Amino acid sequence: MSRAGLSLDRLGGVIAILIAAAIILGPFSIYRANRIASGDARGIMFALPSAFAIGLMVLSMAIALVSAFVRALAARLAAAAFGMIAVFVAMGRSADFLTPAGNSFARVSPAWGFWLLSFAFALLVADALTRLRFGPWERLAALAVAAITLALLLGSGAWNNVSILKEYATRADSFWREARQHIVLALGSLSASVLVGIPLGILCHRIPAIKSAVLQTLNVIQTIPSIALFGMLMAPLAYLAATFPLAATLGIHGIGAAPAFVALFLYSLLPVVANTVVGLDQVSPKVIDAARGMGLSSRQRLQQVEFPLAFPTILTGIRIVLVQNIGLATVAALIGGGGFGTFVFQGAGQTALDLVLLGAIPTVLLAFAGAVILDALVDLAKGARA
Amino acid sequence: MSVFSALLRIALLALLVTFIAAPQVFAPVFEPLTSHGAPAIYNQGSLVALTLSHLWTVFVATLGSIVVAVSLGIFVTRPSGLEFLPLSRTIVNVGQTFPPVAVLAIAVPLVGFGEAPTLIALFLYGLLPIFENTLTGLTQVSPLTLDAARGMGMNARRRLVEIELPLALPVILAGIRLSLVINLSTATIGSTVAAKGLGEVIIAGLQSNNTAFVVQGGLVVAMLAFFIHDAFRLIERRAGRYQSAQASA
Repeated sequence: MSRAGLSLDRLGGVIAILIAAAIILGPFSIYRANRIASGDARGIMFALPSAFAIGLMVLSMAIALVSAFVRALAARLAAAAFGMIAVFVAMGRSADFLTPAGNSFARVSPAWGFWLLSFAFALLVADALTRLRFGPWERLAALAVAAITLALLLGSGAWNNVSILKEYATRADSFWREARQHIVLALGSLSASVLVGIPLGILCHRIPAIKSAVLQTLNVIQTIPSIALFGMLMAPLAYLAATFPLAATLGIHGIGAAPAFVALFLYSLLPVVANTVVGLDQVSPKVIDAARGMGLSSRQRLQQVEFPLAFPTILTGIRIVLVQNIGLATVAALIGGGGFGTFVFQGAGQTALDLVLLGAIPTVLLAFAGAVILDALVDLAKGARA
Repeated sequence: MSVFSALLRIALLALLVTFIAAPQVFAPVFEPLTSHGAPAIYNQGSLVALTLSHLWTVFVATLGSIVVAVSLGIFVTRPSGLEFLPLSRTIVNVGQTFPPVAVLAIAVPLVGFGEAPTLIALFLYGLLPIFENTLTGLTQVSPLTLDAARGMGMNARRRLVEIELPLALPVILAGIRLSLVINLSTATIGSTVAAKGLGEVIIAGLQSNNTAFVVQGGLVVAMLAFFIHDAFRLIERRAGRYQSAQASA
């Protein structure tokens, strides 16, 4: 690999082409007279005040050049992060610019030029981060910086005229209620599956006779489509609520969060149990022999030797479950279980993209943040073991 | 596979086919799940037609994913595409945090209701496991093997077709299996946006509060997934065995 300052980076070249396509060909925002009217796409020059538009184009071209020719990773990362912030600020500015004063029906939403530009910058950020080979703490710090930047951007009101936030403004209360519900569903079922799954995994490891039966049953559960499992659980839970008043007072009903919670719990069991078994099976017999030689009892061996050694693998299972649960919890909305899926399905029903995005974007961000955090924890656990 | 488990599978398959072809036969089984004299068996369309269109949607979408994902996987593992390898891994990792439902719902306002958003969502979501496994399969081929192939005078193309792809095949097949099973399940959600498929049965059940429909739709999809999963495991094992036979020859 040449270390020359200026040589063509082929991946960066592709990203530069994406950036150029986004600003030259792509409409930057879409103006609509109301939330479901058909839109009128505007290129950058017509979506922003001229000075701002020219500034954004010059900046984007500069970043494209950095992407194609500059090898220094820190410079690439800084340019991409700066571009990302600029394109988001520009979107907010475009919404202010295009919305007629005092008109509360008009909607300005991002068009594909905006999305492509953001995607290109995100690729550049991702590429720089990948090549920098950040350790777990640095990755967590990067996530925190990104989260704080996003919070500042949204908190500052810069995006208040953008259609997605207009959808949010009319639903601010229900948004946070559904957000809490989504997190409770995803994390609550995850905790339950960890509490049940790890002991079950240990049992499977100790008693090989039940191992294949348990794992196969859990495998079959995973193949049941989510809406079907949610639906199937409605019947027994409705029966439970009708038969035992206590169940009903505990909030167990046929319709609502209870079947969703149980279904997510059942889906979560397989990765937790399977990874516990794999993790424990991987512990070398020599290590266990040595522990036995040191006079450790079976229970002490499990607590002090086997479990700590298997922990990173178990954590990997938990990471799979976390991401899977955050995604699947959207389906809960179909059976009245709430969560971000409420907006997703409402929006799909009305073909209102902004409303879909109001549900989908937080879900994706949550899942992404969960994946980054758990990946970092897995690396830390591996490091602690080594 | 033992005789017992083979017989069990044949019996289950026969049960599934009978159910799809003549669901009325099973009415007494589902009777207890209904209330107020609601129909026990889905009566708003033919299960055969729904099953076929469900499978067709999944098949077309997954075929598209296979072509694109395997080609991309081959590209980023060639010397000319190596620069794209680290970023592709990152994209796969990030992409898999996208819930399939979100992809489906975002497609609706863009392309309208019906089959199209489901096909797009299944295609996109199916790409990731296949691409990831193609990468894993192709990068784990030992450099020694490739050196030996080079020493035998094989050019890059023959090395790919005769050595690398066959060695990576079981892992690639595992990725395709994962995509198919996920897609079978996700396709049911497609029925919320008016795609034809077994999701219709489940949704009809949810709307009319008829658990019998929900269970029927769910069981048929789950059994289809089970058999596809099973069949692929068999093919993967064959592919693996073929490999070891080649290696020892």
